[in-house]
Amino acid sequence: MRSPRPPEPVALIKQRRDSTLAALVGAVPYIGFLGVKFDRRGDELTAVLGYDDKLIGNPLVPALHGGAIASFLEVTAIMELSFNMLWDDVEQGRIDAENLGPSTLPRLPKTIDFTVDYLRSGLPRDAYARARVNRQGRRYASVHVEAWQDHRQKLFAQATGHFLMPPRDG
Amino acid sequence: MDQSSADKARIARQFIEAIPFSRALQMHLEEIGEGVAVISMPWSEMIVGDPTLGVVHGGAVSALMDTCGGAAVMSHPQALAGTATIDLRIDYMRAATSGQRITARAECYHLTRSVAFVRAEAWDEDRTRPVAAATGAFTVERITLRDGDKS
Repeated sequence: MRSPRPPEPVALIKQRRDSTLAALVGAVPYIGFLGVKFDRRGDELTAVLGYDDKLIGNPLVPALHGGAIASFLEVTAIMELSFNMLWDDVEQGRIDAENLGPSTLPRLPKTIDFTVDYLRSGLPRDAYARARVNRQGRRYASVHVEAWQDHRQKLFAQATGHFLMPPRDG
Repeated sequence: MDQSSADKARIARQFIEAIPFSRALQMHLEEIGEGVAVISMPWSEMIVGDPTLGVVHGGAVSALMDTCGGAAVMSHPQALAGTATIDLRIDYMRAATSGQRITARAECYHLTRSVAFVRAEAWDEDRTRPVAAATGAFTVERITLRDGDKS
C-alpha cells in the first residue's frame, strides 16, 4: 500500500531552497566583496555582515562606514525580494533550483530609492539584518530593513527602499 | 582660500584618504574645500550588483555618496571636526554604465550648531545624465584641536 504521492524528503526540500539562495547570492559580486552571508529558516532570511577591517569608516572611533552599512541594508532588501520572487516557482517546480545560474536566473529588482536612518554607530563586530516586504505589487515593492549587532531590540540602523520589480511572464 | 580653509581642506583630505572602506572601494578625492567635495570611484568587477549588465551595486554608489557628503561637511568653513551620517536618501535615476568611473559631488548647503545638510549628485562618464542624487543630514561634532593637529 503505497500512497500515490509520498511526502518529499526533508533533505531534498532544504537542498532546493538552499540552492536557490546560493544561486542568488553567488550571482552578485558585491555581496562577496562585503562579506555578507545569509541564514535561512524556512523563507525567513537573516543577513550576516562578518566583521572585516576594511568595513571601517572612522578609524579613530572605530566605527563601521555609513556606506558599508547602507550597502549591507540594500543587499539585504534586494535578496529578500529576490528570494520571495523565486520561492513559488522553485517550490512548484517551474524553476529547477539545481540549474539556476547566471543565464537562468530572473532579473533582479532595481532600487528606485533607498533611505538609511543611522541610529547609533556601528561597532567593529558582526552585524545582522532582516528585511520585511511591506508592499509588493506587480511593478513596485516597498521594503523595510532593520539591522542590529549585540541586541536584537537595539537597532543600529534601519532603512526603507522602493524597488522596481523585473517584468514577469504570464 | 585663506590659510585656515586650506588647513581644513588638508586635514579633511588626510582623514578621507585614510578611511578603510573608501580605500577598499578605491575612492579618489578629486576636489575639496568650502563645503564642497568631489570624489570618484573606478568601476570594478567586485562592486557589480547586476551581473548581466555589469552595473555597479547601488550600495557602492551609496558608499561613494556618503563619503563625499561627509567630506563636504568636514571642509565647510564653519564645521569643526569629524562628522557622522544621521540619514541619507538616495534616488537611483539610471544604471551606471559598465566599465565607467563614477564621480560624486556633494555640497554642504546649510550648517547649524549641530546639523549639516547635504545634497549630492553622481554621474558616470556622461556628465549630462546623473546616475543618482542624494540628500542627507550629518552631525557636526565639536572636537577641540589636539596637539597633533597644530603642525
